[in-house]
Amino acid sequence: MTRSTSTRSTSTRSTSTEDPRIGWVYVAPAVAIVLLIALFPLAWTLWESLHQHDLRMPWLGRPFVGLANYAEILRDARFWGALGHTAFFAITSIALELVLGLFLALALNETFRGRGLVRAAVLVPWAIPTVVAALLWRFMFDSQAGIANAMLVRIGVLDQPIVWFIRAATAWVPVILADVWKTTPFVALLLLAGLQNIDRTLYEAAATDGAGPWWQLRHITLPLLAPAMLVVLIFRTLDAFRVFDLIYVLTGGGPGTSTEPISIYAFNAMLQNLEFGYGAALSVVIFLVTFTLAVLYIKGLGADVGGRR
Amino acid sequence: MTSTGWHRWIAGAVLAVLVGLTAFPFYWGIVASLTPEAALFREPSLWPTHIILDHYRALFDERDFWIPIRNSIVVAGTTTLLCLAVGSLAAYALARLEFRGKTGILSLILAVTMFPQISIVSPLYLLLRALRLIDTYPGLILPYLTFAMPLAVWLLVGFFRQLPFDLEEAALVDGASRWQSFTRVILPVSVPALATTAILTFIYCWNEFLFALSFTLGPERQTVPVAIALFRGQYQVPWGQILAAAVVATVPVAAMVLLAQRRIVQGLTAGAVKG
Repeated sequence: MTRSTSTRSTSTRSTSTEDPRIGWVYVAPAVAIVLLIALFPLAWTLWESLHQHDLRMPWLGRPFVGLANYAEILRDARFWGALGHTAFFAITSIALELVLGLFLALALNETFRGRGLVRAAVLVPWAIPTVVAALLWRFMFDSQAGIANAMLVRIGVLDQPIVWFIRAATAWVPVILADVWKTTPFVALLLLAGLQNIDRTLYEAAATDGAGPWWQLRHITLPLLAPAMLVVLIFRTLDAFRVFDLIYVLTGGGPGTSTEPISIYAFNAMLQNLEFGYGAALSVVIFLVTFTLAVLYIKGLGADVGGRR
Repeated sequence: MTSTGWHRWIAGAVLAVLVGLTAFPFYWGIVASLTPEAALFREPSLWPTHIILDHYRALFDERDFWIPIRNSIVVAGTTTLLCLAVGSLAAYALARLEFRGKTGILSLILAVTMFPQISIVSPLYLLLRALRLIDTYPGLILPYLTFAMPLAVWLLVGFFRQLPFDLEEAALVDGASRWQSFTRVILPVSVPALATTAILTFIYCWNEFLFALSFTLGPERQTVPVAIALFRGQYQVPWGQILAAAVVATVPVAAMVLLAQRRIVQGLTAGAVKG
């Protein structure tokens, strides 16, 4: 969308004689795929959510129940719990990722020697399967003789080894750490791209006027980095609200359901309990939450961030 | 900021610490995958004392780990090829042709990259069941297109827009059709962009978990992430083998990232920051 104005003016020069339908022919297969296997199922989910559909009890059929599933969601303590866990996970991990990502981006922006190497090194956690990341962290925190316990006892944070996965408060620790570990590099790379867009002469002018690095950070870097940080914030919020793999493998939502996010609750409702109607209603709620956030992104930022360049 | 000496020192120190913290879980996983099971939780030592390859051997001899690897390669590979074929054509039109509804299509595709997979799991399950595609390769490839195709289109639109207009002009003035211009002018100069897109698409498919978990039934069609996540031992968690499998699953993506890191970063940040 950034360069659409420039391409429009140039490309119309020679396309004026050609069949305008050709563009549609070229995008048709892609659009057909999006409609058939993404939008059509989405509409189906919506329709399904208005029915009682329990695959374990096929003799009940699939009666239309209107908004009954949604009414049940509002009364469902497990749903509110799951929503709370998702929000907690999102806020905690994103806050840490933004702060650490900013440090990492600033450091990457300063150094020249070995930057490629470092960039590659931090990209690897981002690129590996989330399942693998979850298992690596599960292993480090598993068992009272695991490395996490050993290190924390050695440096005096813990008096004695603890069992991390039997209480919600401690089970969240490896979950949040694993997410921060896996995602901070991505955050840093987006912020680094933002940093590199900042006009160097601003710093030179400030330095000439005697402004120190702290002043430069607060009055030049952070304000000009705000759009990039906002993009990161929205991207990460969308991701965090659909978190599934990480928690599924690390805690399974446990102990009990005390770390269960909404996507795992919806998954269990559908594919474990085979309550497709209720599960569909849960997925619609997840969709609405993320959709609202996405609209915020496109409306509030799309034009602004794109237009700057 | 002016790059004075102490700046660089602080930056270097911060980087060293962060890179160390980043690398440690990998290091620890690799060490553990080479350690006898009995010694895994006995007095953890930072250096491997007794290296064995038993876990890797067991992974392939006893657990047939090559089956999930084969499944992942087939599913991720096919999805990537389909995405490149369909996606590059669509991206060409969206980046370089003028037609009504173009902006709408771009927004639609961007919107699809953002919507949560869980919201279409149940209808896709019912649909695939009706088509008897549960636990088959097409039963994974079709759902994978939902997230991989918009991603490929989005990345390629970004790349194609950067190509200068003059590139095509000569061919078009000489009477070449749009199709000829696309296949003979645009595609040949876009090989690096296509490769980057292929790598990113492949990585996303290789790592995917929710669809693979939902639409497969047993080991015969499970992909690598599902196979690892569902690893069970008879009496206890077989950590040695799990970590060996984790290392095996990581090697291809790590290799791709290290080979193409500059381009990957460009592709990712172009999509996100430039809007």
